[in-house]
Amino acid sequence: MLEISDLTHSYGAYQALGGVNLTVAEGELVCVVGPSGCGKSTLLRSIGGLLRPTGGRVLVQGRPVEKVPDDLAIVFQDYSRSLFPWMTVADNVSLPLRRRGGDRRSRAAAAVEALEQVGLPAAAGKYPWELSGGMQQRVAIARALAYKPALMLMDEPFGSVDAQTREDLEDLVLQVRRSSGMTIVLITHDIDESVYVGDRVVVLSKSPATVVGDLRVELPEPRDQIATREHPDFVHLRAEVGRLVRGMRSGEPAAAPEAEAASPEQEPAPAAPKA
Amino acid sequence: MTNARRTLRGVLGVAGFLLVMEALGRTGIIDPYLIPLASTILTGAARLLANGEFLSQVGVTLSSCAIGLLLAAAVAVPLGTAMGTVPAVERSLRPLVEFLRPIPSLALLPLAMFLFLSGEQGKIALIVYTSCWPLLINTLYGLRDVDPLAKETLRSFGFGSYDVVRLVSLPSAAPFITTGVRIAASVALIVAVSVELVAGGDGIGVFVTQAASGNRRDVVLAATLWTGIIGLLVNSLLAKAESRLFRWHRARAGEEAL
Repeated sequence: MLEISDLTHSYGAYQALGGVNLTVAEGELVCVVGPSGCGKSTLLRSIGGLLRPTGGRVLVQGRPVEKVPDDLAIVFQDYSRSLFPWMTVADNVSLPLRRRGGDRRSRAAAAVEALEQVGLPAAAGKYPWELSGGMQQRVAIARALAYKPALMLMDEPFGSVDAQTREDLEDLVLQVRRSSGMTIVLITHDIDESVYVGDRVVVLSKSPATVVGDLRVELPEPRDQIATREHPDFVHLRAEVGRLVRGMRSGEPAAAPEAEAASPEQEPAPAAPKA
Repeated sequence: MTNARRTLRGVLGVAGFLLVMEALGRTGIIDPYLIPLASTILTGAARLLANGEFLSQVGVTLSSCAIGLLLAAAVAVPLGTAMGTVPAVERSLRPLVEFLRPIPSLALLPLAMFLFLSGEQGKIALIVYTSCWPLLINTLYGLRDVDPLAKETLRSFGFGSYDVVRLVSLPSAAPFITTGVRIAASVALIVAVSVELVAGGDGIGVFVTQAASGNRRDVVLAATLWTGIIGLLVNSLLAKAESRLFRWHRARAGEEAL
């Protein structure tokens, strides 16, 4: 589905991606985690065809990404800016379908169906700004679903909502994946979230980013916000991912004070154009 | 303060002003021959409503304004869109705009009268020239203000630049453009009446000039009063349309509770 080889990208002298290699199989839900400012968004924008990387190759469904791939949708973190306030919720959801052709009626029907999938059938006639943040992000997810992409990219999709809403939206993504079978790449800085949602967790180093960890998550399905999070494997995996994100080798004790002091989070974020 | 109370205070202010003027005239502090009594002007204004000549002159002025505004929008909105979307276009046109914009339109009147065969055409040309600027500048700023993430969202679904302008940039800039129309409308009325006063032809300005030459100061002031009222009405109608059409804009700006 998705093959990334030796992907590099620089903004002037600042190198964001330092050779990323990653393969995602059809139907997989892969979470990409990494320290803030490590180039996660740059990676996502390269996959989405919104940015031309300096080097390397991205293949989506076997075809090199030169422009935005046809079968791809992106859900951005900032739902309030990515939904169009002058359109109703239904119009927002059906807008991308204009690219797919089809008449107004079939587009409207697809929008209603997608809104039902995200649990917002009653919001169709409302405007995005009349909804709460979590509901707005559901609309953004519905918009991606209505488009029926083969690959859905999510850029910190739950970074701007409260904890309760966040859990609901995580479960929504799991449910959507079960029912649609689409491939999802979800970018997050939240370690727990990556383990809870993902089939696989890919850990990026601080910039220039490379893949420093690729862990398969084998937790009992269906996942449950309480039971999964207290599962010994979950606890173990999140520690493992945590160490990798902090730049420690896997298995190294996390409590070592020296290692703590050298963690990448202590360093000032490089002043680079944030994607 | 509620709207009703605000309106009431406004009415009180106007009524107070009229009463003071009336009193100043009646007591002879202001010679009623020089400036007619407020009551005389008001009766005159009421009488103008039944004056066919006046009404047709108002019609001429308003239609010149409307034609001028339409032509200005047809030029300025596409141009502003191009400038707001393509930085190279903005950079090359900006100095020209900044040079032309401050030229008082009446200074161009002799040129306009020379270039255009009829006075009416010259007047419309000046209206177009003057009302272009607020339209152009507002369109330009409106397009620059479009959220990059909104554009990126549409691009991420594979839409091209033309669709991004059509589906995101222009709707998003629409409130700014409409404000430009409102400002341009009041400017258009000022230019129209000024040209009529200076160059003649037809319109409210000509009606005023004729009344002045007949030494009918009451009629002059009554007609002027109507011009002000027309300007006020056009402005408030457009403002009302703006706030109704672009509820989302105010909601986003946080002026309206959810």
